[in-house]
Amino acid sequence: MSALVETIGLTRYFEIGRDQRVHAVEDVSLAVAPREIVGLVGESGSGKSTFGKTLLGLYRKTAGTVRYRGETLPDRYTPADFRRLSRKMQMIFQDPYSSLNPRMTVGEIIGEGLRLHTDLSKKEVNGRVSSWLDQVGLSGDHASRYPHEFSGGQRQRIGIARAMILEPEFVVCDEPVSALDVSVQAQVINLLAELKESLGLTLLFIAHDLSMVRHVSDRMAVMYLGSLVEVGAADEVYFEPKHPYTELLVGSNPEPDPEIERKRASATIQGEIPSPVNIPPGCRFAGRCPKVMDVCRGVTPELIPLRDDDRLVACHLYT
Amino acid sequence: MTAAPLLQVEDLHVEFSTHGGIVQAVRGVNFSVDSNCTLAIVGESGCGKSVSVQSIMGLIPIPPGRISAGSARLRGREILGSNLIDGRDVRGSEIGMIFQDPMTSLNPTMTIGAQIAEPLQVHRCYGAGRAREEAIRLLDSCRIPEARKRAGQYPFEFSGGMLQRAMIAMAISCKPALLIADEPTTALDVTIQSQILDLMLDLQRETGMAIILITHDLGVVARMADEVAVMYAGKIVEHGSVDDIFYRSAHPYTCGLRSAMPVNDRSRQAELKPIEGRPPDLFSPPPGCGYAPRCPHAMNLCEREHPPEFTSGVGHYSRCWLHHEMSRQRPRELHFRAAAGEGA
Repeated sequence: MSALVETIGLTRYFEIGRDQRVHAVEDVSLAVAPREIVGLVGESGSGKSTFGKTLLGLYRKTAGTVRYRGETLPDRYTPADFRRLSRKMQMIFQDPYSSLNPRMTVGEIIGEGLRLHTDLSKKEVNGRVSSWLDQVGLSGDHASRYPHEFSGGQRQRIGIARAMILEPEFVVCDEPVSALDVSVQAQVINLLAELKESLGLTLLFIAHDLSMVRHVSDRMAVMYLGSLVEVGAADEVYFEPKHPYTELLVGSNPEPDPEIERKRASATIQGEIPSPVNIPPGCRFAGRCPKVMDVCRGVTPELIPLRDDDRLVACHLYT
Repeated sequence: MTAAPLLQVEDLHVEFSTHGGIVQAVRGVNFSVDSNCTLAIVGESGCGKSVSVQSIMGLIPIPPGRISAGSARLRGREILGSNLIDGRDVRGSEIGMIFQDPMTSLNPTMTIGAQIAEPLQVHRCYGAGRAREEAIRLLDSCRIPEARKRAGQYPFEFSGGMLQRAMIAMAISCKPALLIADEPTTALDVTIQSQILDLMLDLQRETGMAIILITHDLGVVARMADEVAVMYAGKIVEHGSVDDIFYRSAHPYTCGLRSAMPVNDRSRQAELKPIEGRPPDLFSPPPGCGYAPRCPHAMNLCEREHPPEFTSGVGHYSRCWLHHEMSRQRPRELHFRAAAGEGA
């Protein structure tokens, strides 16, 4: 099984002044197989979104490579690269309020990709737009309206239609449901699942809601302060976490079941995610880890496969 | 029950005049909360959760808002309309409140310490020095490391989780009998959420204060609540103990919310069942049950007549016609347990 999209040592720093750089994403290698959903979880500030955007070329890479169908993508995209790749790779953004241009009608927003990337006539574009509006559960005559006339859930559907109209192969969904109400979250998740089936999509699903990520994904990758700490089958990572951070993350996730909550010993993780500026050497989680050892503070653990498992863990407990 | 509850809210109606007409945001809400007890108010955005508690606190702007009917009594004394008991403001002293977004609820131009000291100076007549020392102690009890140094810092120097701790320190500064927490952890990460929830539970254990927790996250409800009120379209549609709500859900909306959330159970790979449609327009609320247009069990009656409270256990009621004794539909999936002669 070869990967559809693969990152090797992907790194992205942001320079914020003399000798100061934010290590947003550091040496992340992740492969996504065709028609797979990989969930990426982590606290805010762990670099999930930066990883997604760097992967798509929306941010320039500081180091590392991205491969798409075996082809190494350029470090810096030219307009021609964007034209070619944005037909194949798309993104759905977190905030359905700021990611739609308020001065464009919904029809213009959704149809823009087709107008830029194909030579379809205006009429054909409009036809596709209205069929996509139908597919995402809106109606064709919504095309002439403006984003402010829609609710959050409807706007997220518009964002989905905009990403899907070019029929991409790979879509990065950056917290697509975080801003929505519970009942609407389920609508959008089910819509994504249907589209995944009908279009044969491959998704990178970025979210901080562990239960939702477990529900949606085939595999789960856990990120902490710019690095991956654990990757494996979604259910296994959730129910049998290996890395101490994953364990604590799962332990903090409230279950909608009072029995479980009463039985649960409070597994609260102490402290907060440290600043990603000028990170000290060693394991990035060492400062908060309950199982920290001396070696953790000096040597950075690598993401290595466990012996009898398809699980990858970056922790000295397993080396 | 003989003693009056700490806070009793009865038949609360709140409306807002807008250009489009009058929005009936809260349409007859009853609930009460006792010391040492946590009441969770659950529901989707726009169902009137926040407006209910803000009107009790006197925080809704009047006009356009208007409390058109109802009462809220703190230890038997009416607080709606004036927020004063014996000439003293209950806001900030008897009732503390924390908000969803600590960044915008704190004053960016005052140090954290001064903001926490302020209610002590206003309500408890502390001198500046004593209030400052107390503020440092409060920050420390809310587990802010290096409290003394932190007290001299401004909100922008705090992280989101730390700001929420500072908000809690401020809300509990006058040892309130009731803490109202409006989505206190929605903006935070699960790990930080867990810390804040633990802190609230510890403080409740120490002081015996009552908590009203507004949230849309059923996981947080399961963790924190003793009692739960489920709100929909400005009304409480189901009320009961946390076990009633999760294991004996009586209202289709409660069931709908539960099945729309992923369950972490390996043996069941349940599909998410979204609630189709949208909440009703509260400019002209429907005459019957507000949930009827989205309800899989809706009957003709539901659209015409608003259901009264049907009791299904001690302290457990729901507003759903399915529980009328003459109703022929008794859906098994509602886990409805017949009220065996108990209650009203």
